[in-house]
Amino acid sequence: MKRTLPINRHVAQRAGFTLITLMAFATVIPIIATVVYIFAQGLPAISLEFLTGFPHDGMRAGGILPAIIGTIYLTVGTAIFSVPLGIAAAIYLSEYASDTPLTRIIRIAIINLAGIPSVVYGLFGLGLFVLFLNFGTSILAASLTLSIMTLPVIISTAEESLRAVPQAFRTVSISLGATRWQTIRRIVLKEALPGILTGVILGLERAAGETAPILFTGAAFFLPQLPHSPFDATMALPYHLFVISTQVPEMPIQIQYGTALVLLVFVLTMNLIATVIRSRARARRQW
Amino acid sequence: MEKSLNWREFVITRLIKASGYSAIIFVALIFFFLVREGVPTFAETSLSSLLSIRWYPIEDHFGILPLITGSLMVTIGAALVAVPFGIGTAVYISEIAPRWMREILKPLVELLGGLPSVVLGFLGILVLSPFLRVFLDLPTGLTAFTGSLLLGGIAVPTVVSVAEDALDAVPRSYREGAWALGATRWQTIWRVTFPAARSGVLTAVMLGVGRAIGETMAVMMVTGNAPVLAVKLGSLFSPVRTMTATIAAEMGEVASGSTHYHVLFFIGMVLFLISLGVNIAASSVVFRAKKRAERILS
Repeated sequence: MKRTLPINRHVAQRAGFTLITLMAFATVIPIIATVVYIFAQGLPAISLEFLTGFPHDGMRAGGILPAIIGTIYLTVGTAIFSVPLGIAAAIYLSEYASDTPLTRIIRIAIINLAGIPSVVYGLFGLGLFVLFLNFGTSILAASLTLSIMTLPVIISTAEESLRAVPQAFRTVSISLGATRWQTIRRIVLKEALPGILTGVILGLERAAGETAPILFTGAAFFLPQLPHSPFDATMALPYHLFVISTQVPEMPIQIQYGTALVLLVFVLTMNLIATVIRSRARARRQW
Repeated sequence: MEKSLNWREFVITRLIKASGYSAIIFVALIFFFLVREGVPTFAETSLSSLLSIRWYPIEDHFGILPLITGSLMVTIGAALVAVPFGIGTAVYISEIAPRWMREILKPLVELLGGLPSVVLGFLGILVLSPFLRVFLDLPTGLTAFTGSLLLGGIAVPTVVSVAEDALDAVPRSYREGAWALGATRWQTIWRVTFPAARSGVLTAVMLGVGRAIGETMAVMMVTGNAPVLAVKLGSLFSPVRTMTATIAAEMGEVASGSTHYHVLFFIGMVLFLISLGVNIAASSVVFRAKKRAERILS
């Protein structure tokens, strides 16, 4: 039998670890570079006028206020529909459902919702909300479409944090005479809140950055004024970035980078808030 | 008081249960609307036209083969990037990196998952594709290859987080057993930990591929949008057009109810079925592995 010297295994380990470490850094460094690059290129474009003005000269000058406001509207609209529904569904899965075939079908449905391509959500929103329910190309239709897309993220993260609450908490509450709902609302939800909030923000972050689902459900190429009602179409940051980087010839590069930066800051801020909430909750947790 | 409490409890319980079923309802609704708008395709064009190699809707040529091969080519390319780098990063984070490094890397990878694809597509147009055009000496930088690289980056976070969870779930005693027998950490990773996490890693790969097939904006922006049949290796360095990009690029301009409109919904239906297949396969791998583990333990 051929025996390998022990030194070879250690050489192999050294080489292997180096390779894997390099791969990990090759993955991570472009992420940092992307963010830094957009900040460096986009910062010169940022001014009060850029953030609070309307675009003019065929969007080649002026600001991006309607796109910023539009993205805020869409994010809030998405939250209105997806947060209550998502948390309720998570409560059902964590507190009420037993392991029946039906529950398994629900889980498979959630996994599938998470995997459906975003542009297919766009088609669905067009078919159901815009045409069938006759909402038109509107903030309402786009928010509803984004809500359904966000739902699986909220359900699965919320369920995970609800399940992390120790069973003893529930037992004690019930034994003190509280009803099941009182236990859930005052004990379980309260304890799971930071985790749920993290999931909600991460889900909304995704919705805020999406373009494909709003392409045919609510995004407008250009609007001279802000939307007045949920039935109006709206400009949105991601779609605006798409439009000015591919559809408008001779677009000043600085405005493009500026728009990318504003979108990035919007998304990064949400990401940061979620990370902070999570790490604080972890540090404070006593169980 | 007692009675109103019970009544409220009853209503709330019902509402929560109804919300619980919502995911099933939405999947069914999505499928229903795709079928409703997509199936008329078969009445309006022939199957042979659908399976032809010419996509030119203005002249009623609705061959979806170029779009399917475009999607396939970009997705395979993306998988070749995302799988090794994703798994490598997951192994590094879970097995090799010191704790402080892990705390930095995990949020960073998560951050990549949260970057809007339109921002990546934007950088793809302005930075990646000009670089590749010069570097590889191509007539245009907007190619399937550019799309693959970008898409690989977009699929990486999915692969990393699922694979890392799987590696993390391997009991510490497995590793300790291997070390006690004299294996190095490197041997332990590939002969013990990785095989034990195999099904989870496989799930990670499938979900990553699923993410890549469905990606729309970044791909549309950097692949050049030319619906030509991509079957040769050389097509990797020429423009292609994916299924998702076709829907996104053309749906805005078609009249609802036209043949073109129905064909685009039909493509959406195909995408839906692909993602359904990938996700059910991915979750059944997990279920089966669990069952095997239970059998061994009992």
